[in-house]
Amino acid sequence: MNLATHVPILAIAVPLLGAFALPLLAKVHRSLRDLWVLLVGAFTVAMLVLLAVQVFTGGILVYTLGAGTPGDTVPEGFPIRIMLVVDGMGAFMGLIAALVGIAGLAYALQYLEEEKGKTLALTLMLLLWAGMLGLKLTGDLFNFFVFFEITSVAACGLIGYRVWESRPPEAAFKTMVMYTLGGLLILLAVGILYGEYGALNLAYLSAQIGQGPLDQIALGLLLGGLLMKAGSVPMHMWAPDAYGEADPSTAIVLVANTQAALYGLFRIVFTLYGGAGSPAVGGLVTALGALTVIVAVLMAVLQTDLGRLIAYGAVSQIGYMLLGAGVGMATLGAAAGGEAGFGLVALQGGVFHMMNDAACIGLLFLCVGAVVRATGARDLRALGGLGHSLPGVSGLFLLGSLALAGIPPLNGFASKLMIYQAAFRLSPILTALAVLASILLLAVFVRAFQGVFLGPRRPLGGTAAVPTGMWLAMGLLAVVVVAFGLVPDLMVRHVVAPAAEALWTGREAYLVAVLGG
Amino acid sequence: MSVVVRTVTRLLVPLALIFGAYVIMHGHLTPGGGFQGGAVLASVVALLIVAFGAERLRRRQTSLTSVEDLGALMFVVLAFVGIGSTFFYNALAGARGLFGGTEAGSLWAGGTVPLMNWAVGLKVMAGLGSIVLLMALFGGDDDR
Repeated sequence: MNLATHVPILAIAVPLLGAFALPLLAKVHRSLRDLWVLLVGAFTVAMLVLLAVQVFTGGILVYTLGAGTPGDTVPEGFPIRIMLVVDGMGAFMGLIAALVGIAGLAYALQYLEEEKGKTLALTLMLLLWAGMLGLKLTGDLFNFFVFFEITSVAACGLIGYRVWESRPPEAAFKTMVMYTLGGLLILLAVGILYGEYGALNLAYLSAQIGQGPLDQIALGLLLGGLLMKAGSVPMHMWAPDAYGEADPSTAIVLVANTQAALYGLFRIVFTLYGGAGSPAVGGLVTALGALTVIVAVLMAVLQTDLGRLIAYGAVSQIGYMLLGAGVGMATLGAAAGGEAGFGLVALQGGVFHMMNDAACIGLLFLCVGAVVRATGARDLRALGGLGHSLPGVSGLFLLGSLALAGIPPLNGFASKLMIYQAAFRLSPILTALAVLASILLLAVFVRAFQGVFLGPRRPLGGTAAVPTGMWLAMGLLAVVVVAFGLVPDLMVRHVVAPAAEALWTGREAYLVAVLGG
Repeated sequence: MSVVVRTVTRLLVPLALIFGAYVIMHGHLTPGGGFQGGAVLASVVALLIVAFGAERLRRRQTSLTSVEDLGALMFVVLAFVGIGSTFFYNALAGARGLFGGTEAGSLWAGGTVPLMNWAVGLKVMAGLGSIVLLMALFGGDDDR
């Protein structure tokens, strides 16, 4: 078997196989289970990196499941089979998933406690990872819904599995309600489109789709469902609970999962509808983005729980991505008439910010895990003086918060600057709001840092020693934070630009890759 | 429950098991399949809980969980069987081995599809069964 041709499906199937085999292996021996997790994680990351290299050098990859050959996309002229279509954007999202997945698993292996459902949590994490990757690589709308549901179920299980505490199940219930509602909206849209066109292949639908009322209803439903899962402001109430109550290793995968919903949104608007409804959809997304940025930051100011504080920071970052992509969507129609430029820059900024947010928010969540391990508390009023016993963690926390607030030369600055510049061309008010939110965010995190790490030494309630796996996970994310901030040009040119390009002008290539010339 | 219910349950359990197995086995030929057959099999668990009480089945819960896991694992492994061509490729169809028959409408045709039906059937039976069992165990008062 030629491994290279099967890379897209192996990236989904291996974590799925890993998840199902894990509880059985755990019954044999725990060390076997841990070895298996590492093996599956390393293999999946290798597949995702290989996939990105293939796509960025050789163009769109199509993989048809169940066919005689992977390239047999349209037997008898109709795309009847399930297929995976990976373009620049899909490969870019795959890289984000690889980063948070391996960091989350390495961290979870040493952070989770054996008698507190470790096997269960690891299984669900692999399942969430597989679902997330399926969401990002699939080229079929119904498959998209199925993977959406897999991630929903796995995520809610991961948030609420600690039933002996009172708050996680409540957070999981809240999340479940929102995810289920979002899933139902998407299912309804899928039903409408299937009734109208008799197919659910994204490329085929994209070639057929029009501007009729039914198409627009479906677009509205898809937007609603995906924005709900992405945690945009009027539908954000589940996100702080979920991020705040989940284990840190889960929280970083959850952040990547909300980004997968954003990816779905971009895919629907740019590839499926080809910018139809622009600039109205773009205006809506931009407005929601600006609202998310400012409301979430204002809520973060009020928090006294460290986990919830960072969770609101995470929600506000989703707003920056929506803002960048929204400006891109709003100008997509005008771009065809020759006025390109700042819309594409905004989209690139939004896409780049996904990767940067995954790294710096992830780093912050992982630092909180180390704090909780050392003290058993997350309340800012009860914490203090941890800089003495956790000097490394406090340095990483500071690094993450500065990057999140967009301080140069860290990675958050690079992508936020692109969003500021491009949003300014659409409306200066947007940039003013975004900059104001960043300043507030810095204030919030300075206060958090001061409250947790500075001050006189206090007695610890737990162990201050941080195991190697946790260090490796935090170190990996910290390296990304610093490296992407130092050489943003390189990243933008070789990875982000092809990803944004795939959305901006890649629709034709996407259709040709699946349906043939 | 009363002796009537217990006796009828003893009579019904084999019948329900056979019917569930039948629905799964003929999944590629007739309406039904893995999920439906698995649900029928899970009704056996529900029947046993009603007749004999959840406590007597408590010990079976871990084995049900393992069976569910095995079903899911079997499904993915069967999908991997075709990876010589593509993932999910039906490599056993027409291969003249087990389920490799070439005659349309035959029970022994279909390649990996009937096997996947069994995988889904096992998973649904064990999954639904353990859900019902857990709800009965932790759901508070059961009237006996």
